[in-house]
Amino acid sequence: MIIEIISMNGYGAYVWSAFSFTLISFTALYFVTKLQLSKEQKRFVSKYGSLNTEKAKAAKSQITNREILSNISNI
Amino acid sequence: MFKFFEPNKVFAVTSKSIKYVLFLFIIVISIGLVEALILSPEDYKQSDAVRIMYVHVPAAWISLGIFSALALLSLGSFIFKNKIFSLIAKSLAPSGFVFSIIALVTGSIWGKPTWGTWWAWDARITSMFILVLFYGMYLLAWRIYEDNQKVIRITSLIAIIGAVNIPIIKFSVDWWNTLHQPASINILSTNTAIHSSMLIPLSIMTAAFALFSLLIFLMKYNTELIKIKNKGLNRL
Repeated sequence: MIIEIISMNGYGAYVWSAFSFTLISFTALYFVTKLQLSKEQKRFVSKYGSLNTEKAKAAKSQITNREILSNISNI
Repeated sequence: MFKFFEPNKVFAVTSKSIKYVLFLFIIVISIGLVEALILSPEDYKQSDAVRIMYVHVPAAWISLGIFSALALLSLGSFIFKNKIFSLIAKSLAPSGFVFSIIALVTGSIWGKPTWGTWWAWDARITSMFILVLFYGMYLLAWRIYEDNQKVIRITSLIAIIGAVNIPIIKFSVDWWNTLHQPASINILSTNTAIHSSMLIPLSIMTAAFALFSLLIFLMKYNTELIKIKNKGLNRL
């Protein structure tokens, strides 16, 4: 049965290469996007860390900034 | 109405939903792959080569859907002068671009055993190739131009002009003699030329692809929002 699935009646090379290309593209896009997201998050954390107490307090008063800081370890 | 889409309101939702969408995508794509590669029957004419349909068709549908959304959002950006529209469009474009390339490449792979050629300049393939070029121009414009107002205008124009190509892709099989067959599925009618044993895996794979584009959109949208917030920290 496994050989039948691999050979696909002689069309295996076409079918598997089409599915492989799709899944490789998905994986590449996912990791590139994830990398961009974590890069921006790191940039945000480093900028936030360099703020003085007053500015940091002002930045943290914004909902989105609080969400970004709390989500750093989630992704 | 647009207040609902404001960054402060959506960020909490988009950041939390990423992991749930990823989990759902993995489940749906796993079921879809088993259905598409093992459980669905072979075609009486194309034999097992027909299985390429389960990645080719959903990729083409979603790339067309995303470009239509880009055009509508760009139109909204022009009319309502709201930056949220262009931010959503910018976040949708990368997955649309990848899906359009997947549709072209898998179509080329499918073409070899079916038509005996990897590539033909027929109306459907050529118009699909033009769609890839429009996606490329759209993404490139966001990288090239620094001025925010200018880039929104240019990308919106690219999306609106490119939208002319959408009905050409859709109706190319009816307007010209092409290697492609006419549409087998009509969403406005219950009559389809595909048997349910093939329609079910096709629907599952389409749902999986849609979930993947949603996942990429959410991640990209969050990246763009954090970029804006980074600029905000500079101004403090």
